[in-house]
Amino acid sequence: MGKKGRLIEDIDTDQIFHNAFLHITELRQMGQYALGNLEGWKDFPGKTGPGDIIIAGRNFGAGSSRQQAVDCFKSLQTGMIIAPSFGAIYFRNAVNSGFPVMKCSKLADLIAGGLLKSGDKIRVNIRTGEGQNQTRKEAFFIEPMNEVQYNLWEVGGLFSYAKKTKKD
Amino acid sequence: MGYTIIEKIIRGHTDEEVRAGEIVWLDLDVRSARDFGGPNVVKNFCREFGDTPVSDRSKTFFTFDLCVPACTLQYADNQQVCRDFARAKGFKVFDVDEGIGSHVLIERGLAASGSTVVGTDSHMNILGAVGCFGQGMGDVDITFAFKTGKIWFQVPESLKVFVRGEPSSGFSAKDLTLYIVKQLGTKKAALKSVEFYGEAVRKLSISGRITLCSMVTEMAGIIGFIPEFKDSVASEIKSLSGEEFNHPYADKDAVYSDAITIDIDGLGPQVAAPFLPTNVKDVGDLEEVKIDSGFIGCCTNGRFEDLKAAARVLKGKKVKDGVMLKIVPATRKVYKQLLEKGTLKDLFESGAIISNPGCGGCAQGHIGLTGKGEVQISTGNRNFEGKQGKGQNYLASPAVVAASCILGHIAGPEDI
Ligand code: SF4
Repeated sequence: MGKKGRLIEDIDTDQIFHNAFLHITELRQMGQYALGNLEGWKDFPGKTGPGDIIIAGRNFGAGSSRQQAVDCFKSLQTGMIIAPSFGAIYFRNAVNSGFPVMKCSKLADLIAGGLLKSGDKIRVNIRTGEGQNQTRKEAFFIEPMNEVQYNLWEVGGLFSYAKKTKKD
Repeated sequence: MGYTIIEKIIRGHTDEEVRAGEIVWLDLDVRSARDFGGPNVVKNFCREFGDTPVSDRSKTFFTFDLCVPACTLQYADNQQVCRDFARAKGFKVFDVDEGIGSHVLIERGLAASGSTVVGTDSHMNILGAVGCFGQGMGDVDITFAFKTGKIWFQVPESLKVFVRGEPSSGFSAKDLTLYIVKQLGTKKAALKSVEFYGEAVRKLSISGRITLCSMVTEMAGIIGFIPEFKDSVASEIKSLSGEEFNHPYADKDAVYSDAITIDIDGLGPQVAAPFLPTNVKDVGDLEEVKIDSGFIGCCTNGRFEDLKAAARVLKGKKVKDGVMLKIVPATRKVYKQLLEKGTLKDLFESGAIISNPGCGGCAQGHIGLTGKGEVQISTGNRNFEGKQGKGQNYLASPAVVAASCILGHIAGPEDI
C-alpha cells in the first residue's frame, strides 16, 4: 500500500480499523471499515475483491491489540497480506485466527525493480514461498509459512487446532 | 553453533529445532490469568471448549492483583466469574489478599529457573530475574494455553549487554535500570531476549534483578536474563521458593544479533520525566520539580528491600505537609517482613499511607490515581500520559521517592 511505488510503513491498527467501530462484533460487518482511517485508502473496501493480495510496508499492524484489524480483512475475503514485517501483536492475532500474513524482507526491492505493481495478477505458494507475477511473467520469492503457522492456517486458527488435536 | 539462554530454555520445552526466528510449539510449566484478561479467558473457554477440563489443574492459576479487593463493580463481578470457573475446573486462585501475580509465582516456586510461564500480564517477563521464561499474552493465547498447556512462540534473537564502570555510592538497581532504558531506548532491544553481563548486574540482589528485568518491557524487549549472580542470590531464591536456582547459561559460541556496552562510571540517581520511560536524566540535571505525591511499590520496586531502602531515608523524618506518600508492598509475604522487621512502623511514623499488597498505585486499582495537574514521583515502570490518572509521573528509585516526599520536590537521598 502506498503511492508512486513507495510502501507506507508503520500503519497502525487504529488506521486499519478505527476505534470508533470497535463495538462491532459481527465479522460480516467489519469489512466496510477496513483501512477506513488511513489517508488515501478510505475507499479500499469498495475497490477490493475476494482473494486480493495486499502488499504493505514494514511494521504493518503496529500498536494496539484489536482483533478487528485482522478480522476486517477476513470479512472482505482478502487472500493474504505480504509485508517486510508485522507488528508483534498483529502477527500473533493473525496467525491465531488462521489468516495468512506473509513476510518478505525484499519487498521494497521487488517493487523498485518493477516486479510487483498494484493491479498485477500474482500467485504465491505459502508452503514454498514461490511467487509468480502472471501479469509480468516474472518469478519472485517470499518467506514461506513455517510449520506451526501452516498448521494453524490449515485448520482455521488456534481454537480449531485445539479441538482437532483433542489434548484433553 | 551454540545456543543463547532463551534458545536453551525453549529447547527444554519443545521437540522442534530451536533457532532464533523459528516458530515452535512450547510446553508450558505454568499458565495464569489475572483479574484483567481472566474474565475473557473464561468467556473464550466456555464458548470454545464448554464443560471440558483444563489441561493440567496443578499448572493453571488465577492471580488477582489489579484491583484488590475490588473497588469497582465490574472488577467485583469479573473476579467472581473467575473464582466460579476455577472452582468448577478445580484449580487454584491466588486471591485478592496475595499480591502481584508474577511475584507470587516467584515466591511459591512456580517460576523456577529454566521453566516457562505465561499470563495475561505484560510484565510477566519479570520472571527472567529468576531465570524463568515468563511471557505476557492476550486472552486468546492464554485460553489456548489453559486448554492445551502449550503455546506457539517465535524464538527471539538475543542481544548481549555489558554494563561496566563504578557508579557513585547512592546508585540503586532502579537507577541502573532507568539508565539502561535510556541507552537502549525502545529499538535496540525490540522483540529480543536481552542477556545482561558485568559486575554491576552480577552484584544485584533478587529484588534488584526483578527491577531490571521488569523494565525490559519498556525497552520493547521480550525478556531479560542475568546469568551471573552472587551465591547469596541463589540461596535467597531457594529459601524464598523452595526451588534450586540453576540459571541456564549461554554457550560460548551462541549467536547474538548485537552486543552493546553501557558505561555507568560515576553515575548518580536517575529520573524518567513525563511522559516516556526513556526520557531519563540525572536527578541533579532537573530544574526544581515540586511534587504533590509519591508512590513506592509496583512489580518493579515493591519488594522488602525496596521498601526498606525508602524506610532508611524516611526514618525519623516526616513527609512534607501537603505531600501524600502511598506505599504498596508487592505481596503479602513482603507485608509480613515489613511487620516483623519493624519497617512498617518507620514508614507509618513518617506519615506514609500503607496499603494491602497488589498493583494499586500502578494500575488504576485500590490506592487511587493522580488528578489533573498533580505531579507524582513513582517507583513504577511506566509514566505514559494517563497511565496512573491525569497527573504527570516521574519514575525513580524508592530512595529518591522517599527523599523527594520529605523535601517536597524531586531530589536524591544525599540532598537531605
Ligand atoms: S504493578 Fe503495574 S506494571 Fe506491574 S504487574 Fe501490576 S499493573 Fe502491571
